[in-house]
Amino acid sequence: MSVSPAHHANRTEADLRVAPVITGLGVLAANGIGVEEYWAAVLSGESGLAEITRFDPAGYSAKLAGQVDADFSALPNRLMPQTDHMTRLALLAAAEAFEDADVDPHQLPEYAAGVITGASAGGFEFGQRELEALWSKGGEYVSAYQSFAWFYPVNSGQISIRHALRGASGTVVAEQAGGLDALGKARRNIRTGTDLMVAGAVDGSLCPWGWLCQIRSGRLTDATDPAAAFLPFDRRAAGHVPGEGGALLIMEHPEHVARRGVDPVHEVHGVLAGHSATFDPAPGSDAPSGLRRAIEQALRDAGISPREVDVVFADGAGVPHLDAAEATAIAEVFGPRGVPVTVPKTMTGRLLAGGGPLDVATALLSIRDGVIPPTVNIERPAGHPIDLVRDTPRETPLTTALVLARGHGGFNSAVVVRRAA
Amino acid sequence: MGAFTITELVDTLRESAGEDEDITLDGDILTVTFEDLGYDSLALLNTVSRIERELGVRLPDGAITEANTPAELLDAVNNTLAETV
Repeated sequence: MSVSPAHHANRTEADLRVAPVITGLGVLAANGIGVEEYWAAVLSGESGLAEITRFDPAGYSAKLAGQVDADFSALPNRLMPQTDHMTRLALLAAAEAFEDADVDPHQLPEYAAGVITGASAGGFEFGQRELEALWSKGGEYVSAYQSFAWFYPVNSGQISIRHALRGASGTVVAEQAGGLDALGKARRNIRTGTDLMVAGAVDGSLCPWGWLCQIRSGRLTDATDPAAAFLPFDRRAAGHVPGEGGALLIMEHPEHVARRGVDPVHEVHGVLAGHSATFDPAPGSDAPSGLRRAIEQALRDAGISPREVDVVFADGAGVPHLDAAEATAIAEVFGPRGVPVTVPKTMTGRLLAGGGPLDVATALLSIRDGVIPPTVNIERPAGHPIDLVRDTPRETPLTTALVLARGHGGFNSAVVVRRAA
Repeated sequence: MGAFTITELVDTLRESAGEDEDITLDGDILTVTFEDLGYDSLALLNTVSRIERELGVRLPDGAITEANTPAELLDAVNNTLAETV
């Protein structure tokens, strides 16, 4: 079949402003595998944080994580020798998202669908095993699949191959903000000619090598009690607990949704209404952090005022000065205690690139069910001027959610999702 | 050392490159192409390097690209084994 990949020539001015519809969700986190199991856990305040069992953390300062031990028997056996743990998780999430969207990408035109994932590192557990083989036994003991299995865009590659996604694809790296930027990039692809995108991030590198790299960031907590470890906006905040997992979304041009007979209002999760990414000023500069600018630009991009935002899913660094900066940015835009704020990742850990898309999926479920999930374990609020939803879910009608993510090195990203209308 | 057999090759393929659920490796696959068995060039590279390691031999360059079927790969391995003795 001969299809021009450059069919964006047919796109109109309206296409370049279109808000993609989110039709499918695939989710994995330490407190639940699959959308409904995760969502039930989140609403009941169930945390997945615990001492690491994937390897022995005894020699390391940080010992807790949100580990995801999934059943991979649904994956093709042929993929097992060539995939890292986080890629297997990503493949499960992509399959769930396609099933949820009720679309078979193999039936679409050759270049109609693509994939954009956010990544922070790559398949570190796979990479560590092969590098150990290299230095301890020799090159002939290294798997040929090392050539791509530890490479940071590997999730986009494997998802693309498995689901025949040959449209515009790629990978975005912006540390913990990269997952939201992946959604922004997927929106751009939809606007310029790709009808359907898989977008988001599933991340994690729970192995000694990946663990050491994360500890070196200086932002991991040394705490050993899972219920008093990751405490964003609490006076006791002293770093975060990392986790693995994330979410992948199916995003589509609304006309594509309608063409395949799906009601683009009542049978979808919502729309990606706005996105913005900013950088912080150089260290030592007096200029303000870029987070407020990211929030304001995302709202402007969505064409809404701060008053129209019903809930904010905060980045929730769990590091006192970063919590203060985020609370200040939120209070400056929305007014003191002007909007409910929540950090459900207190139950999953911070998932590197996966955290932002998981919060977007959570926000869409919140809108669907009219309930804001809680931030758990916050017993001594630090006195920030924000309305933090603590301990139990808050029921309230929701139309619009703002999701924030920040990445080490000055990355800020903000996404607005809304109920389809 | 005895000849390298199809049974050993299938075991090595399974371990190094997995197995396609829709294709059985238990029947007579000697003359079925690797492509039809679901193995690409990287899968063969991984498999051959495992064979070389376990038998302590080194196949000539091009052995992988020239062997299109299990029978051809077995010939290449066993010829190399014979020369090594």
